[in-house]
Amino acid sequence: MKGVALLPDTASTFAQQVDLLFWFLTAVTVFFTLLIAGLVLYFAYRYRRGSPASRAGAKETDLRLEIGWSLIPLTVGLIVFVWATKLYADAYGPPPDNALEIFVIGKQWMWHLQHPNGIRENNELHIPAGRPVKLTLISQDVIHSFFVPAFRIKRDVLPGRYNTVWFTPTRPGKYHLFCAEYCGTQHSRMIGWVYVMEPAEYEKWLASGGEARPGAIASGAGTMAGVSTASLVQAGEQLYKQLRCNACHGATDGQRGPTHYGLFGKKVKLRDGTVVVADEAYIRESILRPLAKVVDGYEPIMPSYEGLLNEERTLQLVAYIKSLKKPVQTAEVKP
Amino acid sequence: MSVAVAKPGEVKHNYLNAGDTVRSWLLTTDHKRIAVLYLVSVTLFFAVGGLLALLIRLELLTPQGDLMTSETYNRVFTMHGVVMIFLFLIPAIPAVLGNFLVPLMIGARDLAFPRLNLASWYVYMAGGLIATWAMVNGGVDTGWTFYPPYSSSYSTSQVTLTIVGAFLVGFSSIFTGINFIVTIHKMRAPGLTWFRLPLFIWAHYATSVIIVLGTPVVAITLLLVAVERVFRLGIFDPALGGDPILFQHLFWFYSHPAVYIMILPAMGVISEVIACFSRKRVFGYHFVAFSSVAIAVVGFLVWGHHMFTTGQSVYAGMVFSLLSFLVAVPSAVKVFNWTATMYKGTIEFRAPMLYVMGFLGLFVIGGLTGLFLASLATDIHLQDTYFVVAHFHYIMVGGTIFGYLAGLHFWWPKMTGRMYPEGIAKLAALIIFAGFNLTFFPQFVLGYLGMPRRYHWYPEEWQMLHVMSSAGAALLGIGYILPIFYLLWSLRNGAIAGPNPWGATGLEWKTDSPPITHNFEETPIVTEEPYAYENHHQHEEVASGTGASTAEA
Repeated sequence: MKGVALLPDTASTFAQQVDLLFWFLTAVTVFFTLLIAGLVLYFAYRYRRGSPASRAGAKETDLRLEIGWSLIPLTVGLIVFVWATKLYADAYGPPPDNALEIFVIGKQWMWHLQHPNGIRENNELHIPAGRPVKLTLISQDVIHSFFVPAFRIKRDVLPGRYNTVWFTPTRPGKYHLFCAEYCGTQHSRMIGWVYVMEPAEYEKWLASGGEARPGAIASGAGTMAGVSTASLVQAGEQLYKQLRCNACHGATDGQRGPTHYGLFGKKVKLRDGTVVVADEAYIRESILRPLAKVVDGYEPIMPSYEGLLNEERTLQLVAYIKSLKKPVQTAEVKP
Repeated sequence: MSVAVAKPGEVKHNYLNAGDTVRSWLLTTDHKRIAVLYLVSVTLFFAVGGLLALLIRLELLTPQGDLMTSETYNRVFTMHGVVMIFLFLIPAIPAVLGNFLVPLMIGARDLAFPRLNLASWYVYMAGGLIATWAMVNGGVDTGWTFYPPYSSSYSTSQVTLTIVGAFLVGFSSIFTGINFIVTIHKMRAPGLTWFRLPLFIWAHYATSVIIVLGTPVVAITLLLVAVERVFRLGIFDPALGGDPILFQHLFWFYSHPAVYIMILPAMGVISEVIACFSRKRVFGYHFVAFSSVAIAVVGFLVWGHHMFTTGQSVYAGMVFSLLSFLVAVPSAVKVFNWTATMYKGTIEFRAPMLYVMGFLGLFVIGGLTGLFLASLATDIHLQDTYFVVAHFHYIMVGGTIFGYLAGLHFWWPKMTGRMYPEGIAKLAALIIFAGFNLTFFPQFVLGYLGMPRRYHWYPEEWQMLHVMSSAGAALLGIGYILPIFYLLWSLRNGAIAGPNPWGATGLEWKTDSPPITHNFEETPIVTEEPYAYENHHQHEEVASGTGASTAEA
């Protein structure tokens, strides 16, 4: 038996705020538990059968009391609700612009993480202290849940859908990473470590291509050494050419398909008249199920890539399409 | 008392001796005999679920998962959940105590549909045996929540068979729910107005409404999982074009209210017992009655709080969070009213009363820890950890079992005509209370530390808390075994109870113990409010003349 832990690590800006609320709720719980237990035990003793205490004037009901003890839990509840919701909305709103974007793919039974510069890790995540980190998560198979107790964050990792979560780690150290949604036989082994590093140390780690690691997991599931370390966008570009996406999607609209340049974040009008924002989820869906949301003015002729691309490959494509900026007007030339 | 007390040596005609062949039991339509059938079967399934729980706690003594394989462990905790929830917690109080007492308490000869009632037991047994068969034939490893696409596309275990079992058990509770609603509406004795109904009846009425409205949803939802699994129709699995979150909405639409199916009947028991042993009317009768209805209604609107981490919109999260805080209010009202009932009462420390006091402690802790999970920011951290495990064991397991044991002891003399030995019953109540808290309190700490639920292996630094929890489970196991022995012992050796050993109010105490086959010699006429304990000193004299003193001797 190694040590006894009674308090979790606190290693993100969100964690400190959650703890404050947690201890407030604990105080409320202790107060009311002692109050009720105290009253029950006191009444049980004082009014025990045979005790001389007077029973005169006992009421059968009292409207003021009933209203009073309805309002007390209601008030406490509303205070906690407002506090918790505000905290949640502040902390889980859109991430700051300078957030480090990391992609997470969950699969039975491993965490696969991809840094924007191409470094990939399995069951380990290296991040610098003090900088916001945005995770984009998706599952290759069943539902998983990305859980770092020290950060007080948890986000379900769903098949077929990008979820995001962000946090700012504060304290360098090594923290548990768990899968919190039951996902099958090896669910409790789908774990890893998050290494929060001093920014300088993190830069060194980046420069070494992820080799300068404080320590890999004994299971041998470390970084996928030898696999292309091309950045996400580069890998996506390669794939884009290989699949000949550019045969239909040119530098401008008006080809067989709409252009991908400047697409990300733009509002897109569909054939049925509705408008969607071209976010990661939309791009992913259009690659895998192109007929689901056909852009206005185009024929539904694109083939589906479902089953041909795994989540990792899809992510690379999405990252590349995201990176395509609208070409400068003057530079536009006929192909 | 209108009914003569059985003299020693004289065997009175009652529902138990009305026929002693196996056939007379298996084909009975007497609600009291069906209650006994349920009592036996529910106890057996509880023993199965309890043994599985002990296996889990034994495995978790060490962090390495060295007692069984991960696959076995997953099957063990899944069956523990399935058996305990579908085969014990949901049916325990309604099917055993409710079946026995609802007609007696409202002065009826039986339930409205006696044959449907018998059918409900057969359907329950069929479902239970199919689930047991699935367990023996390899088991199921999805967790009792059956989340797809794991359950529909990935698991290689007996998912379909288990779902068929759960589906059938669901129909059994629908039968019971319909029977209770119709019986309570149509078969009350003359003079028994709605506001003269015992709170036990109010609680069962509210429960039945939830059962009838909610159970079909989960039954169909589970069937859809089976359909996707067998026919590969895309309903929940995104690889087939389905939506895994859709399942969670449908599943929790029933399974959150299911918590109230378990706890509301227990609350009904608490109201009866606390009034009797305080010799007082339940404080704020109308508020307690309406709070049951309020819980049933609002309970249907909070399912989304199980899904704060799925990525549902922030606004949906806010609405479900707010509604979850609202549902806490009627529960709190009940606790305050029960406490106020004891004020200026004349309190007797009988075994059922000890269970009630234990219930209040567990319910308050269980309820307040629910606030941690209703609030968005803390739920993100605590969701799917041992904090949730501890919380729901306190509220629905602790609440239901303490309510069930309180009720079983309280009405045992009525059901069997015999008193149980008081001293050992009190000892068992204390052991169960201590064991329960030792088992589940450390799990709150574990959850805050980040221990995820359904984990076979865990980090070493958490072993101490797991050892405490496992020690508690062993103590709890001893506590649960005791009543089985002394209650069985009492069947032959207990003191004769008499019609009303506690000096309680209520129609069920105005007939023989055990009751005659058709409950009452003649239909009773109700002329007073429930819990007319005002003249309790007079009642005490009656009580000591009819058997309570014999029981203590």
